[in-house]
Amino acid sequence: MRVSMDIELKDTPGQLLCALTPISELRGNLKSIVHHHEERTPRGTIPVQLVFEAEPDNLDAIIEKLKENGIGISRVDEKRLIEEGAVILIGHIVHTDIQDTIDRIDRTGYAEVVDISLSMPHINTTSSASLKICAVGIKELHDAISILKDVAEKKDLLVVEPIRAEFS
Amino acid sequence: MKIIRASIIGFGSVGQGVAQVFLQKKEEIQKKGFDLKVVAVADSRSAAIDEKGLDLEKVLKSKKENGQVGTETLSGLEVIRNVEHEVVIETTPTDIETGGVGLDNMLTAFGKRMDVVTSNKGPLALKYGELAEVAQKNNAKFRFEATVGGAMPAINLIRDTLAGNSIISIEGILNGTCNYILTRMMEEHASYEQMLAESQELGIAETDPTYDVEGIDAACKLVILANYVFGMKATYHDVDVKGITSITPEALSLAQSEGYVIKQIGEVKDGFIQTSPRLVPESHPLAVGGTLNVVSVQTDLAGTVTSTGRGAGSIETASAILSDLISIYRED
Repeated sequence: MRVSMDIELKDTPGQLLCALTPISELRGNLKSIVHHHEERTPRGTIPVQLVFEAEPDNLDAIIEKLKENGIGISRVDEKRLIEEGAVILIGHIVHTDIQDTIDRIDRTGYAEVVDISLSMPHINTTSSASLKICAVGIKELHDAISILKDVAEKKDLLVVEPIRAEFS
Repeated sequence: MKIIRASIIGFGSVGQGVAQVFLQKKEEIQKKGFDLKVVAVADSRSAAIDEKGLDLEKVLKSKKENGQVGTETLSGLEVIRNVEHEVVIETTPTDIETGGVGLDNMLTAFGKRMDVVTSNKGPLALKYGELAEVAQKNNAKFRFEATVGGAMPAINLIRDTLAGNSIISIEGILNGTCNYILTRMMEEHASYEQMLAESQELGIAETDPTYDVEGIDAACKLVILANYVFGMKATYHDVDVKGITSITPEALSLAQSEGYVIKQIGEVKDGFIQTSPRLVPESHPLAVGGTLNVVSVQTDLAGTVTSTGRGAGSIETASAILSDLISIYRED
């Protein structure tokens, strides 16, 4: 998942290292860091904004270690589903239990169908749908699309997925 | 100047295109250091033979007026067996079930230590390994740029321009008919059936469009790339194939609202060959329209290199055949 965090550092040497070490030790992947050295909080500390990706299970440990290192944390925002992909489905989407098709993705726990647009021109013709799938990582997004393809094959639906370069 | 004697076996639109291009490019070919003399032309019913070199204008005229190239009754195979020459230009129709006469023509030519330049996909999609082995054993040259994407450089781009690179994967649009139908469906918000009919009327799709729209034609081209580039021992039957027949105009509109176009994309990657309709971002180099073909080659040194061009047409295919001939016989 992607974590956005505001922290506060004391204006003494080595503080930034104290903040970043726990993240890298717990296999977090730093995406951006903005160090407002010219600014001061009312407490006299320096505000720093961090964005990093981490395994959901490791976030509490990262926060704990930051606190142990004397780093103040003023805000933590988590975004669990960070990879997004679109696919198109063609076939008798509704008649083959659309809810079940969506549930198969949602039940994975690592991916969800977050948007669906359906077009049914006539009652007996095939319908088309675009599905937006969000997942906790790129691998999980690929896995979710594989599951969708398995389900679609059984229901005689065509899955039009993005070219691979789009996902990697 | 060195004289290269050639036969043209198969005189449909590609064979005739080759003859027209030879007439048109006579001087340019000589500037490359050799004179190309066509000593035999064979179609399915007749042959024209002249060891001093045929008058190709006359042969083209005869084909147009009488429906056959000449008065000789030799088959293409007999021409290869009995007429002295160095290179066979094999342009008989593709037969994906058995390889057709093309397979016999090529094997016989190699057996006689003759070089082969071809546009015929069938034999390569079924028996590339055997053909390449027999050619090598007989020290004969085997060139087939025209089998993959007509005038669009693919095989020779990888062989020459990207020499030294390791090829990671190849993806692209290798069938102009599918691309035309999908492009027009999106432009007109029209059904597959309507746009198939339009492309048949324009001569872009065949009366029996199965090879194109079911993805079979693209699959054959992918097999040729997979075998040549990655040394795979694949045949057409190893390709995961899905065609465009169930694509709806609604699906194209939904894709467009997400910033995508739907294209029939072929892909060779990690030992896996597939062709299917895929979502391509509108601004992506693979999102070419109309009847264009495109191939994108992922390499270790050069990154991704993309080539676009006309994938069909008799003169365009003849361009690829001429390029192969020049690359075999040019004097540096």
